[in-house]
Amino acid sequence: MRLMNLFKRPQSTTAPVARERLQILLAHERAVSGKSDLIAILREEILGVIAKHFPVEQEGISVKMERGEIVSTLEVEVEIPTPMCPSFPLPATSKPATADELAREPEMAEAAEASE
Amino acid sequence: MAKVLVVTSGKGGVGKTTSTAALGAALATAGKDVVVVDFDVGLRNLDLVMGAERRVVYDLINVVQGDAKLVQALIRDKRVPTLSLLPASQTRDKDALTDEGVEKVIGELKEKFDWVICDSPAGIERGATLAMRHADIAIVVTNPEVSSVRDSDRIIGLLDSKTEKAEKGERVQKHLLLTRFDAARAGRGEMLNIDDVLEILSIPLLGIIPESTEVLRASNLGSPVTLNAPLSAPARAYFDAAKRLNGESLEMVIPRDRKSLFGKIFGRRAAA
Ligand SMILES: Nc1ncnc2c1ncn2[C@@H]1O[C@H](COP(=O)(O)OP(=O)(O)O)[C@@H](O)[C@H]1O
Ligand SMILES: [Mg+2]
Repeated sequence: MRLMNLFKRPQSTTAPVARERLQILLAHERAVSGKSDLIAILREEILGVIAKHFPVEQEGISVKMERGEIVSTLEVEVEIPTPMCPSFPLPATSKPATADELAREPEMAEAAEASE
Repeated sequence: MAKVLVVTSGKGGVGKTTSTAALGAALATAGKDVVVVDFDVGLRNLDLVMGAERRVVYDLINVVQGDAKLVQALIRDKRVPTLSLLPASQTRDKDALTDEGVEKVIGELKEKFDWVICDSPAGIERGATLAMRHADIAIVVTNPEVSSVRDSDRIIGLLDSKTEKAEKGERVQKHLLLTRFDAARAGRGEMLNIDDVLEILSIPLLGIIPESTEVLRASNLGSPVTLNAPLSAPARAYFDAAKRLNGESLEMVIPRDRKSLFGKIFGRRAAA
């Protein structure tokens, strides 16, 4: 039995597989955690720009980075409160929003997203 | 100048507490004033491995909260007079440790000792980040096995971002301590080998501690392996690691497969 084990040796060599799996995984994990600061900075800056035009909340923005083989995508989602408050910017005048203008709001949110 | 050292890993059961006790005793027998501090609040074990479990009166949390003076909580080792232990609390939880309290205690310990060695709890949560917070040097304890290596990589990331040194734009010196290394299994390709782990983690190697029953025997008896069996292979590896911490450069001893080919064929067992 013991001599047989000697001959079986090459097949039971799993360490190289472990090494390869680790190298791939850690390359990914390091990239993500290394970028986490960048994401936080981006989030703050985007929030700053949008807040100049819309009353957005700190929690109303999510920034995600997805890493792919060839391209990576940056996903920015901004939640803008329904414009009932007077501070919501209205074209030309500043009277309370009409039903018509309210209906336009989703489009504006989409526009904000698309521009990222 | 006192040095603060954290023994950390992410993963549990890899040998942090064993290494804290063994290295603490090795440094202390070399004449340094050493304190080993148990940060594993709620799951303290360092007292047991050091054989001081029946002498614990006050603990780290009592000191942090001002209920006891530091000198009342420190337990001096009966075998090595330059070695002391600051135990963790077994009943309280880690939330009882405040940032300011820990900073103050570490500051006081630095005045009394040459080496302050912090035994980190497992995980990457507050307990682990508090233990590494004030470190000058980190020993990343790793087993040659995928999950341990991955967790060590996470911990290295935290050492570079969550420590006082990192926040000041300085660096915590990081060392890899490869523990529970089984030469026979590495030789058969069943375990990651040393070069693989070093290449993946890319921090300097402090030592390779072989898997050995001497470690278990020592902890059964409540004595660091460097005191209980100073000539055993794991103890020698710990003594060498301690010398490297003191700035000596020594050749690295790679544990060899003691049950050699001949041993296998003739069914002979080499003495461990
Ligand atoms: N070199 C070694 N050889 C054999 N057993 C070991 C070795 N190092 C640690 N152990 C054992 O592994 C277990 C976990 O060790 P411990 O130091 O408590 O790990 P941690 O503090 O990282 O959770 C213990 O039972 C210990 O005796
Ligand atoms: Mg432990």
